[in-house]
Amino acid sequence: MNVTLKVWRQKSKDDKGRFVSYPVRNVSPDASFLEMLDVLNEELGKKGEEPVAFDHDCREGICGSCGIVIDGRAHGPGRGAATCELRMRSFRDGDTIVAEPWRATPFPVIKDLVVDRTSMDRIMYAGGYISAKTGGVPDGNSTPIPKPVAEEAMDAASCIGCGACVAACPNSSAMLFVGAKVSQLALLPQGKVEAKRRVERMVDQMDKEGFGNCSNNYACEAECPKEISVQHIARLNREFLKKTLA
Amino acid sequence: MKKLIDFYNSSIGKKVTMSLTGLFLCTFLLEHLIGNLLLFAGEETFNAYSEFLVSNPVIRFVEIFLFASLLFHPLVGLLLWISNKRTRPQKYEVYQLKENTPLASRITMLTGSLIFVFLVVHLRTFFVPLRLAEVKPSGYALVVEAFSSAPYCAFYVIALVFLAYHLRHGFQSAFQTLGLRTKSYIGLLDAVAFIFWFIIPLGFALLPIYFYFFQPATTAAATALGVH
Ligand code: HEM
Ligand code: SF4
Ligand code: FES
Repeated sequence: MNVTLKVWRQKSKDDKGRFVSYPVRNVSPDASFLEMLDVLNEELGKKGEEPVAFDHDCREGICGSCGIVIDGRAHGPGRGAATCELRMRSFRDGDTIVAEPWRATPFPVIKDLVVDRTSMDRIMYAGGYISAKTGGVPDGNSTPIPKPVAEEAMDAASCIGCGACVAACPNSSAMLFVGAKVSQLALLPQGKVEAKRRVERMVDQMDKEGFGNCSNNYACEAECPKEISVQHIARLNREFLKKTLA
Repeated sequence: MKKLIDFYNSSIGKKVTMSLTGLFLCTFLLEHLIGNLLLFAGEETFNAYSEFLVSNPVIRFVEIFLFASLLFHPLVGLLLWISNKRTRPQKYEVYQLKENTPLASRITMLTGSLIFVFLVVHLRTFFVPLRLAEVKPSGYALVVEAFSSAPYCAFYVIALVFLAYHLRHGFQSAFQTLGLRTKSYIGLLDAVAFIFWFIIPLGFALLPIYFYFFQPATTAAATALGVH
């Protein structure tokens, strides 16, 4: 299939940036969106032009590196898939596809489609962990956890930290990401010990980074490649209130 | 106190302020509608209720919170709206928010602003004469008079449609903000939400429609006509 890619080109952080349209020919409908970009970049390379920069690593939806707003949707059309899992058959032959980077003040563009997401890392440093002393491996059954609770924690833990929730949100809020990260630990006995301090510090860092306020539009849940539920935002709110009232 | 200020300064604290003031306004709407339905019971009953409201000290006390909510809710809403706008100075070329979110959730600022305009007009028509005027008029007569005007009735009904949209999103949102919209309660919450976003605005809308089309006479008018 043949498509036209209207893609954001920006040389550096300080460059103003602009859209440039490129024809991309003979793309297999089974190719992923990123493979289509590879095809384009090879063509650009042959002509001696600078290839389009984009983030990627695992290319199987588990690392959270990739992320492009495609035709106005974070990770493109469809649900429950990262950009690397998006297939070209989701588009029609002859389509013009608009590709732009995540846009939010805490995600400055570094180059073309690549944004700086260290703001999310700083939220994690602020409290997204448990302080455990290393030692002998504990006995497997020493801390019993009910199956539904373990499942819920696992669902939260499937967040790959891609930032699509922020990119999709009209307020650039990171509540789904922070909700998932707070939930995965708050649900488990190992994480409960530091729960109050964690939620306080992570929300504080989130606010400092300049993410917006949640308006409960739930665009995040709709665009999350891991389909993380806004139930985790409710839990984040609950944990925050518990911390304040206690 | 410092804890409270820190709480308010956090993003979640501001949302909780919105949520609590919004829900307080919702309880007021319920009370107000029940009271207003007394209009159907006739002039005497309604005026007795209206005088009770003016003279009751408990109502006067609760009223302070009502006006505080009416001030803070829009104010904090506006502040949040402005700061949220700033988080994306460079807009998307294409942004398909409408594919992911219900309409009501995208227009809270618009619906809220119109409710605000409505409230100013509404207080001017009813609250000011009933509470602040030297000579208290009949509450019932005020209603009859106001609802004899077609443009006024139309404005009223349109504002209630906006209120319905505001609460369509707002009611469940307030519970989500408080962390109470959990899997086991969503069904119950949606049912209660329906009362607030649909039944209550509909109930309010029945009043202008009834008074405009049936125009019941007031005692004063009846006396003037000599048909008492
Ligand atoms: C009878 C009047 C009103 C009622 C019952 C009401 C109720 C509510 C409720 C329950 C919420 C949800 C709170 C939350 O998301 O946690 C809300 C949100 C909101 N209200 Fe109102 N409201 C009223 C009037 C107004 C007015 C006059 C404005 C003024 C502009 C306004 C602006 C907003 C905004 C902007 C939000 C969204 C806040 C956000 O999600 O970030 N509301 N309202
Ligand atoms: S919550 Fe979903 S969209 Fe947000 S960072 Fe995690 S995986 Fe990505
Ligand atoms: S490249 Fe790893 S999730 Fe897409």
